[in-house]
Amino acid sequence: MSGNFPTCDRDRALRLLEQMIRIRRFEEKCVELYGAQKIRGFMHLYIGEEAVATGVMEQLCPEDAVSATYREHGQALARGVDPGKLMAEMYGKQQGCARGRGGSMHIFDASTRFYGGNGIVAGGLPVAVGLALADRMQNRRNVTACFFGEGAVAEGEFHESMNLAALWRLPVLFVCENNLYAMGTALRISESATDIARKAEAYDVASAAVDGMDVLAVAEAARRAVDVVREGRPYLLECRTYRFRAHSMFDAELYRPKEEVAQWKKRDPITLFVAQMQDAGVLRDEDVRELERRVEREVAEAVSFAEAGNWEPVEDLTRFVYSEKSRL
Amino acid sequence: MSDSAATNKTTYREAIREGLREALCSDSRVFLMGEDVGHYGGCFAVSRGLLEEFGAERVRDTPLAESAFVGAGIGAALGGMRPIVEIMTVNFSLLALDQIMNTAATLLHMSGGQFNVPIVIRMATGGGKQLAAQHSHSLEGWYAHIPGLTILTPATMEDARHMLGAALREPDPVLIFENQTLYPLEGDSPEPASNFDITRAAVRRPGRDATLVTYGAGLHKSLAAAETLAAEGVDVEVLDLRVLRPLDDATIIESIGKTHRALVVDDGWRSGGISAEIAARIMEQAFFELDAPVARLCGAEVPMPYSKHLELAALPQPETIAETVRKLVNKHG
Repeated sequence: MSGNFPTCDRDRALRLLEQMIRIRRFEEKCVELYGAQKIRGFMHLYIGEEAVATGVMEQLCPEDAVSATYREHGQALARGVDPGKLMAEMYGKQQGCARGRGGSMHIFDASTRFYGGNGIVAGGLPVAVGLALADRMQNRRNVTACFFGEGAVAEGEFHESMNLAALWRLPVLFVCENNLYAMGTALRISESATDIARKAEAYDVASAAVDGMDVLAVAEAARRAVDVVREGRPYLLECRTYRFRAHSMFDAELYRPKEEVAQWKKRDPITLFVAQMQDAGVLRDEDVRELERRVEREVAEAVSFAEAGNWEPVEDLTRFVYSEKSRL
Repeated sequence: MSDSAATNKTTYREAIREGLREALCSDSRVFLMGEDVGHYGGCFAVSRGLLEEFGAERVRDTPLAESAFVGAGIGAALGGMRPIVEIMTVNFSLLALDQIMNTAATLLHMSGGQFNVPIVIRMATGGGKQLAAQHSHSLEGWYAHIPGLTILTPATMEDARHMLGAALREPDPVLIFENQTLYPLEGDSPEPASNFDITRAAVRRPGRDATLVTYGAGLHKSLAAAETLAAEGVDVEVLDLRVLRPLDDATIIESIGKTHRALVVDDGWRSGGISAEIAARIMEQAFFELDAPVARLCGAEVPMPYSKHLELAALPQPETIAETVRKLVNKHG
């Protein structure tokens, strides 16, 4: 599919590239900080999958809603969640986007309508259906973009949610990030039918599969999908991608051959896009270097912000179990 | 099972329906969804007529997909609606437990206070209708284990009528457990209420010799036992918990301060149940008020059998409650 990309002007190319580099460098820093024990708990990296969130989020409006996975740093950054608040969350600091109560797997941000950050595989799908139902019942033409991995397709909630969204004609964009492994279980040994996009047919939902390593292809497929969704119909977009790093920080990667990882790395979404844009004469080496410098500064600022943050007082432990606001 | 036609009389079922009707009338954000709530009129006929009155947008029949429609209720609540989700019975709620526990109950805290979930989930609960092991659970006490939830157990006409409206004014998830044996119960039509309380337990029968702490179907069996005991000269106080989470410790402890003896009556299983929690709180807060150890009468620790005589034996009954109280009042601390 690469080589056959739609046209992309310089400003857009810079935007897309910056977003992908931001995710990549942010997460590389997270690995370092995890090693330094600044970040703890489960942490799942998006490295290799940057084109998916970047391409899809480009099609959304600020009023739209996003439901994400536990591998959601990339989804959060691409949606516009502040990197400093995101890093502070990973540190567990009070200045984090969820006051340090969520951590890596539970990124929430009301200002960008980012509804998490879900540690339960497929747990976000029904919630996305409900967000879309609320939009429809209140005559708002918003889209709810619901990210999930191919592992979630084995869960009943995928099927229940597809059915409900189709039955009630709800504006949900189901985005399946198919990275071929549900933790360490390959798609081929966990699904009887491995063509995920085709599963939508069973629910009378429109669908497409796209090369998830090609940001322009993802963006174009997502644009078409969002057009359908904004008219009030769900859509399933399968993005075929690959994670370059381990499932989490506790994964010896016994389940996939190194050669396979090396093969996929040849289709790194960032180097692929840079090559495309340089071939087309849209970007120069200097542009890339400048973006790298800018992102490096931004990530450093995010780390400084997190470092400078403070811990929520222990006295606040039981706050937010129930609302503090007056009754509605 | 026919509902009362008298204007000043009503049934538990009709009272809940009136609560639903009022909620749908008074707030355009409110809608009802669940299995068979529309065309069928509700598995227990609670929502009969509401589809015709409010239309299919606001009275939504759902597929048999508990996790999806409870999760959709959570999402709709996040999106500004006030969903009432009906799960046909507590037994099926287990298929939605992930959404209730991992999402509805946790979201506010996990998001650092950003996302509250104003959802109301109603379900029928309890044994006593010969529906056997998979349709007779009493899990309301079990749900009361979960921080972030409010657990209501209406047992009177007033609570059946007004708890729903109060629950809809809460900013956080509320689960309402309607005991399925109570639906045909008849009583006086409740008065209109404003600012209806859903935080306090209520003394349904004052007494001085012992306190029966109970809720739901247990209330009516306890009141019946109290009548029997009164004829024997034993004056029992009957306390209806109404709210299983958060528990109203103050009202329980106040009653113990008066009677100095307590029996907890709970259809749920004994081990790790809400009865254990109540007994522990009494011990923690009123140990020196007690003239006898706190007693418990709970559901037998078996999957519910079908046979009538076995099911009766598996649940607290007025006779067994009275017998337990007789032993309790003869004990001296």
